[in-house]
Amino acid sequence: MSGILAYALHYEGAFNKNSLGGVSEAAKLAGELGCEAHAVVIGDVSDELAATLGNYGVTKVFRAKDAPEGLAQPVVDVMAKVMDSNGHDYALFGGGLLGFEIGAGLAARLNAGVTMEVTQVNVADGKLTAERPIHGDSSISISSYKDRGIIIGRLNAFETAAPSDVVAEVQDVDVELSEASTRLTMVQRGEQRGEDIDIEGANILVAGGRGLGKPEGFELCEALADALGGAVAATRAVVDAGWYPYSTQIGQTGKTVSPKLYLAAGISGAIQHKVGFQSSENIVAINKDSNAPIFEYTDLGIVGDLNKILPKLTEAVKAKKG
Amino acid sequence: MKICVLVKEVPDAAVEKRINPSTGRMDRSGERNLNPYDTHAIEAAMQVREGGEVEVDEIVAVTMGPGTAVRALHKAVSLGADRSVHLADDALAGSDVVATGYALAKVLERESPDLVLLGQQSDDGECYTIGAVVADYLKMPSLTQVIKMDVTTGKLRCERQAEYGYDTVEIQLPAVISVGDAINEPRYPSLKAIMGAKKKPLDAVGIGDVGIEGDRVGEAGSKVVCGDFKAPPQKAAGEIIEDEDTNETVEKIIAWLDERKLLS
Repeated sequence: MSGILAYALHYEGAFNKNSLGGVSEAAKLAGELGCEAHAVVIGDVSDELAATLGNYGVTKVFRAKDAPEGLAQPVVDVMAKVMDSNGHDYALFGGGLLGFEIGAGLAARLNAGVTMEVTQVNVADGKLTAERPIHGDSSISISSYKDRGIIIGRLNAFETAAPSDVVAEVQDVDVELSEASTRLTMVQRGEQRGEDIDIEGANILVAGGRGLGKPEGFELCEALADALGGAVAATRAVVDAGWYPYSTQIGQTGKTVSPKLYLAAGISGAIQHKVGFQSSENIVAINKDSNAPIFEYTDLGIVGDLNKILPKLTEAVKAKKG
Repeated sequence: MKICVLVKEVPDAAVEKRINPSTGRMDRSGERNLNPYDTHAIEAAMQVREGGEVEVDEIVAVTMGPGTAVRALHKAVSLGADRSVHLADDALAGSDVVATGYALAKVLERESPDLVLLGQQSDDGECYTIGAVVADYLKMPSLTQVIKMDVTTGKLRCERQAEYGYDTVEIQLPAVISVGDAINEPRYPSLKAIMGAKKKPLDAVGIGDVGIEGDRVGEAGSKVVCGDFKAPPQKAAGEIIEDEDTNETVEKIIAWLDERKLLS
């Protein structure tokens, strides 16, 4: 039997949005391949919650109740065993950090092919092929697999299907953890750092990155956001550095937004950030480095010193709006 | 304690990017340098050594790549590594992530480190993945994108941002840790260190020296078949303003925003 196994990450009683995208994609592809798609969940997931993955098209959910959540290697142990016992040819992950870690470890364990940052999966001759943008999205590489394949999606690449009322069969699996998995212990999970700010409803976002130079640089962004009637967002680099609250982070392991205007100040525009705002209606960037990757996808790019431009822009917006 | 740092040679981001007129694509050939993310891994190793909590006997930089990759090793040594190992072999050309991870793991097996450090990603594409592959082959615990790492005897306490906020994870050594760029500010090498880098021991090894099975690496040993490419959907090029007169620049931005009714 062939098949596709998708990993569903959950937290506080809800599945991750990107995981639901991955589960939906696996079910869609299985339909095209003429096989079944299944999901795997780890840890404390109720029968009811696990069964809801059937709403997105998987027929069976494998649940490893005793494995610890939030760490990659226990999931590798579980998925390797489930795939070996049930003959799955492919594993699929929605976008996100854990998916990268699990998928890579699983590929090593199974000696399988792995492709990350995948934006589209196609069926050709009864097999899956994966499309992955490379070199700053200037080209798309298409990969196929000699044997089993592990496909890790880019953030938001897979759409979540409209849920049906079909529920999946839930099957508990007993997996002995590898020694490596037992040498990691989650001490604290999901700590929120900084103020809880809601940016997802904002029509206009002024985002700041490392190019602001110092934490105080965000005052320039805040002033402009105030004038424009918007909110302030941040990149992972400056959030990790403690310059701005985690709740405002856009991109991989942060939020995904699509405001009317995304104005990026001092942001180079790495893929991991881009995926969080690329569907914004208008993208404007101010950066002193004319080679910054962000200029390859802005609607309006300003090459210059944000310390000179932002204050004057703020004044001009205020004057214009009266 | 022995620390191995995995490093990689990548195209130098500081080099002016050129578009190849015949393909319309970015030409990324030319100058190559040490992956900037890896400098954070070397710095992390140096801070463990200087921190005094544990005794670090040796920091070894390890790379796999063609002859030019020696430059990345020299840079790594100038930043603090004591010596380096260069895995180079024609049989390795075309290795995918899993084959590369397997080959690096074989080099590391021979070194038998207590801690393997690497950068969170490489500038030329592979994201987050190689550390997890290497760890699986070495049967070591692993964590990526670590932004704080406290070392005590036999143990690490790491912090990193995952999907739901910041996680704190305790890990027993030996382990494979990929570090995020927020973990530290890498130092600049001294002129003396740069000059001395070429004199530090550099061990060049081929696949036979470290027990790599030839049929598990290279294009033939890789499980992913690549080589087909297509162009991404074309997006209309945006407008670019070079700021010379800031008042004028601001006027242009205001007009642009106003036209799109973003100032109402």
